[in-house]
Amino acid sequence: MDTLTATTFDLTTTPLRDVNAALHADGVSGEYVVTGPSGTHNIAVGVNAPVKITVDGHVGYYAAGMNQQAEIVISGNAGTGVAENMMSGTVVVAGNASQSAAATAHGGLLVVHGDAAARCGISMKGVDIVVGGDVGHNSAFMAQAGRLVVRGNAGDGLGDSIYEARLYVRGDVGALGADCVAKEMRPEHVEELAGLLKAAGYEDDPAEYTRYGSARRLYHFRAHNTY
Amino acid sequence: MTNTWGLRESATFDRAAIAEIRRAADTGVYDIRGWGAKRSVPHFDDLLFLGASMSRYPLEGYRERCDTDVALGTRGARYPLHLDVPVTIAGMSFGALSGAAKEALGRGASEVGTSTTTGDGGMTPEERGQSKHLVYQYLPSRYGMNPDDLRKADAVEVVLGQGAKPGGGGMLLGQKISERVAGMRTLPEGIDQRSASRHPDWTGPDDLTIKINELREITDHEKPIYVKVGASRTYYDTKLAVHAGADVVVVDGMQGGTAATQEVFIEHVGIPTLAAIPQAAQALQELGVHRAGEKGVQLIASGGIRTGADVAKVMALGADAVAIGTAALIALGDNDPAYAAEYEKIGSAAGCYDDFQDGCDPAGITTQDPELAARFDPVAGGARLANYLRVLTMEAQTIARACGKAHLRHLEPEDLVALTIESAAMARVPLAGTSWIPGS
Ligand SMILES: Cc1cc2nc3c(=O)[nH]c(=O)nc-3n(C[C@H](O)[C@H](O)[C@H](O)COP(=O)(O)O)c2cc1C
Repeated sequence: MDTLTATTFDLTTTPLRDVNAALHADGVSGEYVVTGPSGTHNIAVGVNAPVKITVDGHVGYYAAGMNQQAEIVISGNAGTGVAENMMSGTVVVAGNASQSAAATAHGGLLVVHGDAAARCGISMKGVDIVVGGDVGHNSAFMAQAGRLVVRGNAGDGLGDSIYEARLYVRGDVGALGADCVAKEMRPEHVEELAGLLKAAGYEDDPAEYTRYGSARRLYHFRAHNTY
Repeated sequence: MTNTWGLRESATFDRAAIAEIRRAADTGVYDIRGWGAKRSVPHFDDLLFLGASMSRYPLEGYRERCDTDVALGTRGARYPLHLDVPVTIAGMSFGALSGAAKEALGRGASEVGTSTTTGDGGMTPEERGQSKHLVYQYLPSRYGMNPDDLRKADAVEVVLGQGAKPGGGGMLLGQKISERVAGMRTLPEGIDQRSASRHPDWTGPDDLTIKINELREITDHEKPIYVKVGASRTYYDTKLAVHAGADVVVVDGMQGGTAATQEVFIEHVGIPTLAAIPQAAQALQELGVHRAGEKGVQLIASGGIRTGADVAKVMALGADAVAIGTAALIALGDNDPAYAAEYEKIGSAAGCYDDFQDGCDPAGITTQDPELAARFDPVAGGARLANYLRVLTMEAQTIARACGKAHLRHLEPEDLVALTIESAAMARVPLAGTSWIPGS
């Protein structure tokens, strides 16, 4: 992007409150660069405008939380809950993401180019997530809707108690979570996966991936499916 | 005629215990129901007020002012809630309740100038439209959680637990998952839904601090942030909630209602409301934020509140306001004897109906069935609720005036005595006629 026309906020000198307030201003537009994040929590949360925001460095918890419309790029690593409850827009993490990336997110696209830790996509409700590396245990736990693509491996408990979300994993998967099963890749899934990879900037062969989803055996409350 | 005088029922294996063993043996599944704990536990009935006498001067009933207003969220929010009466409507989900029932709660609350609360499953336009002050719950499931609604809310309540089931998640059985309910929760229609018991993106009080800051940042520090806990380790929970930045702490005792929880959970987990309030008040006092004006953290207590006397007792024990769930539903028309025959048809009775999970409510309140729901008129229901809220307030004022208090908030533990040793120990007030507070 053309940083010459972008507005820059330096978090080493500007309070976070001022940065978020500016990003929430009515009619906000254009491009923003946030420098000196040094792991600050809650950067660029609650943005609801078609702006471009680049955070230059590592961020703490909940960066880009509840994002609507904005395109947010984090050049470093992200802490817990990056893009949590995102509604729309895109969030790209160049490095790794900690736990609960895109937790409960309803829409938009999260791309993590590195690894994502445990509970990636927990309770996801429609978001698309593409992880360049591995995801930790209990990813897509109780995942309701949306798609999770993992280019590397997935830890134990993938998709535990999953509802209607679709998961695509290229590498190995530890023990699958309760009610999560491997499923056939039909042409529409190949197409969907290719589209997601492309949106995230990858060109993998979808044929290398396995699809996982719900066996739908826990959808009704019965003695044999309670623990 | 058979002489039954020689027959003796077991106190241990009473009829309810026998019926439950038989039910379990028949079905192989534990019992799920609504309502709150039905067993007898030390409660507000075990407390009495000491009216004014030689040493205290009463206020004239009806004539002299006894104010009831309360400000909530003064310490952290640009726009605290200013309520005319301290009896709020607790969070009850759309899904558990019909859209019209939610609307009626908003109407009743708004008519008397108090707040109502969303619930698991998101905010409906009906309740936002009819609620002057609407508290938006932020629950582990995050069903329907949406930043637009967050910005429309007047306060945000981070829910860690509920008195009926501290440590438990929610459930909404398939019968109640209509197309609209399913859509709001992003789940398939007709399936049995489990709501998570833990928040998906934070664990522990340090994370909660960051989460509260996130909610403040998203809402530009405008809205009060409440933290709701089911009563268990209330002293510590209150301290941790205050440290995490809560503006208001909501404590819900074990008698608190629920829409659907395992019976074993409702009856055996958590502590009575009576035991929880003094713990919360103590925690706030030790932190210097109890009834501390603008810098204070307000305490809302709930669980088993029925009368103005209960309201007065809760406030005397240290709460700034109360919340009601079950009583509000009854005011709307839940368990109405007019439907006696219909309750019997579904194996219950008016006054005992607690199968909120089934969606077959004859009164049309805890249902998503369009025919049953159509029986309930939100305007009439709202008017009944407003009446009931007025009575609660007038009753509490009556007691406060008798104790010489010009504001409900001025009620204090010194105004109370207890009828039993247990309630004296829990409420930390003397046994009536003595100066003995067990344990102190
Ligand atoms: C039908 C029903 C639904 C409820 N749904 C919720 C909910 O969604 N979230 C929540 O925090 N509490 C929920 N509760 C609990 C209430 O918010 C409140 O804590 C409780 O009802 C207070 O006790 P009371 O019923 O004795 O007044 C529900 C209660 C009932 C009766």
